[in-house]
Amino acid sequence: MFSNNVKRLLVRHTKCSIRTTSVRCLSTAEDVTSLSKSTTNFKGDYDVIIAGGGMVGCSLACALAKDSLLSNLKVLLLEGSPNKSFQLKPEYSNRVVALNQNTKALMSSLDVWRHVEAMRLQPVRHMQVWDACSDVMIAFNSEELLDDDVAYIVENDVMLHAINKELSTAKNDNIQIVYDAKIAGYQLPKQEDLKPKSSVQMANGDTYSCKLLIGADGANSAVRKAMGVQYLSWSYEQMGVVATLNLSEECENTTAWQRWLPTGPVAILPLDSKRSSLVWSTWQDDAKELLKLPEDQFVDALNDALWKQYPRNTGIETVTSWTSSWLKRVGLPDGTARQLPPSISNVVPNSRAAFPLGFGHSTRYIGPGVALIGDAAHRVHPLAGQGVNLGFGDVKDLTHLLSEAMYSGLEITHPDWMGKYESVRQRHNVPTQLMIEMLHRIYTVDLMPVVLARSVGLQITNALQPLKKMIMSHATT
Amino acid sequence: MWSQKLTRSILDKTKNTVFKVPRWKPVVSSRCLQTEGRTTQSQSTVDAADVEFFSKQMNEWWDPYGKMRLLHSMNLLRVPFVRDGLVNTAQKELYPLKDKKILDVGCGGGILSEGLARLGAFVTGIDASEDLIRVADEHKNVDPKIAYNKPVYLHTTVEDHAKKVSNLYDGVVASEVIEHVQNQELFVKSCVHTLKPGGRIFFTTPNRTRMSQFAVIFLGENVLKYIPQGAHQFEKFITPTELTFLLERNNCHVELTYGVTFNPVTGKWDFSEFQQLMYAIQAVKLS
Repeated sequence: MFSNNVKRLLVRHTKCSIRTTSVRCLSTAEDVTSLSKSTTNFKGDYDVIIAGGGMVGCSLACALAKDSLLSNLKVLLLEGSPNKSFQLKPEYSNRVVALNQNTKALMSSLDVWRHVEAMRLQPVRHMQVWDACSDVMIAFNSEELLDDDVAYIVENDVMLHAINKELSTAKNDNIQIVYDAKIAGYQLPKQEDLKPKSSVQMANGDTYSCKLLIGADGANSAVRKAMGVQYLSWSYEQMGVVATLNLSEECENTTAWQRWLPTGPVAILPLDSKRSSLVWSTWQDDAKELLKLPEDQFVDALNDALWKQYPRNTGIETVTSWTSSWLKRVGLPDGTARQLPPSISNVVPNSRAAFPLGFGHSTRYIGPGVALIGDAAHRVHPLAGQGVNLGFGDVKDLTHLLSEAMYSGLEITHPDWMGKYESVRQRHNVPTQLMIEMLHRIYTVDLMPVVLARSVGLQITNALQPLKKMIMSHATT
Repeated sequence: MWSQKLTRSILDKTKNTVFKVPRWKPVVSSRCLQTEGRTTQSQSTVDAADVEFFSKQMNEWWDPYGKMRLLHSMNLLRVPFVRDGLVNTAQKELYPLKDKKILDVGCGGGILSEGLARLGAFVTGIDASEDLIRVADEHKNVDPKIAYNKPVYLHTTVEDHAKKVSNLYDGVVASEVIEHVQNQELFVKSCVHTLKPGGRIFFTTPNRTRMSQFAVIFLGENVLKYIPQGAHQFEKFITPTELTFLLERNNCHVELTYGVTFNPVTGKWDFSEFQQLMYAIQAVKLS
């Protein structure tokens, strides 16, 4: 009897506790929404809030400030990191980006490029990509394919500083920047709203509201999560090991080198006549290992990765040499005239770092009153050096379409221009992403038929100038 | 020799098309018999049955997803069309149509009038339906962007309006109107009368072809129900050739004729070469 009572009590108690926890669950979920109602720290209403002050977010702010129709918009840029003063140091940063002609054109139109040129950049005039499992290679020459350089290697810091410098000299009072911004949550408008309004809650209780919210907050975008869109993503289980390298001997150094190892591509990007930057994609365990190695052993491992002869399959050897003799016979480049990569003398101390690699694709780039740009919408493997260029492409198209919409008297959140933005960008970004994904897949296996197919494919691609031109023009627009 | 042949063949073609189109005569439609409200006097452009018909749609007018959604989505096409016809400067401004006086003939609930007012234009909207003018008058207070530039709406007909004003407007727009009008010649004449010399006049309207009869009336009204049922009568449609003829006879020079197509999948309008369905005409009034 007594025990029964105890049992009943216990049951009741557990029931109670279940109830309370469920209530608590609800209350945490509602925290964000109730915050906006209770808060008194309303800091202002903006036309556009850009969440994320990285290279892409800042360049969007800059592009909005420079456009004659968009410069009247009240813009708020929220950046999570503190406002650091930038000093150009003699040593290079280990994080670099390869910028294509399209990005250069955008940056020139925003007057940012002159700041980059005033600091430092290295043009890439020649590109050589070759396979460790066979003898074939592909070369891109700027004189043959474009009238201009293939790409430019710029440090992330330099690029960001150049954009920020232009943004501050633009003297546009309509653009405000909040540094050290810790965002607690977003409240996005519902589908039915004709004039959507988003609000941004900060960790310190401040609230901002805006008509158009731009998610430029990177691959782990909180804006994207708040939108609740489908996000297709996977990790490559790989990391990119970066470092600044000193070359054994001084040279012109305008060539970007990339060798496909079975573990992933290793790329040497030129910085100046004596230094290059490394991006070495490899399996996570290998990457961690590489970071731990003493510097001289790391250099040995790297030189190995660039030079080491991998076991060859005689069948593949035969077919590729037969293909190249045929290419020679019909007068096409047979891909035997290769240049040799520079040898690395040492690695700049403390310049080694690694970052995880992944693929991401947001099925929607837009929602009512919200748009995603840059890595928030798409993430790619760095093997083609396209990631940030796709982001800058987003900036260019978004600014252009928004400006057109304003010129037609549309609302800043009108679904017409936003829909155009999404389809224009996805039509460009998704094929690029798939192409990069395909390259990654066919080069991370060393199965004989795949190696054979990719070797012959690469030989033929290298021989066909128009095809190379097409590849280049897609990669630069 | 060759060019002569070519021009002759082109001439023949145009002749053919002119002759091929159904004769331009009023056919008594079934709805006409029902309502018997159709005025046939020659000095009015107003079709009482049509005015009554559209007045009934007043509650639906400003719902962008309602019965008038095609007119709303058409703004994306016709507002830039009118804008580019009236200004073509390299320097783009936020209010490209500021200081421009525009007459919106058959403004209805004011969808196009407000779209143009948002670009800074002083818009006068006229319509034969008092109810719709009331709808337009109420709605002009909704949009904050036109708070200082509200269109002026008048319940009048274009021929009455033309008696009061002449050579006034920089632009006259009759979008999706002339197909609802009696005495189209008087309509065009009155529109042109209010226009400044050098000003532009814009029309968008369905063509009179079997294709447009099928697409606009059969598909649009009866099958897909994109358009309110009974909105159009085929025999009142006008072909680009006829409209060009009317404009040129009234001291205008036709500058542009575009085909207008609608994509039912995306719900968007577009200009194209294809004029068999609908078309847009821009003409300049000669001095």
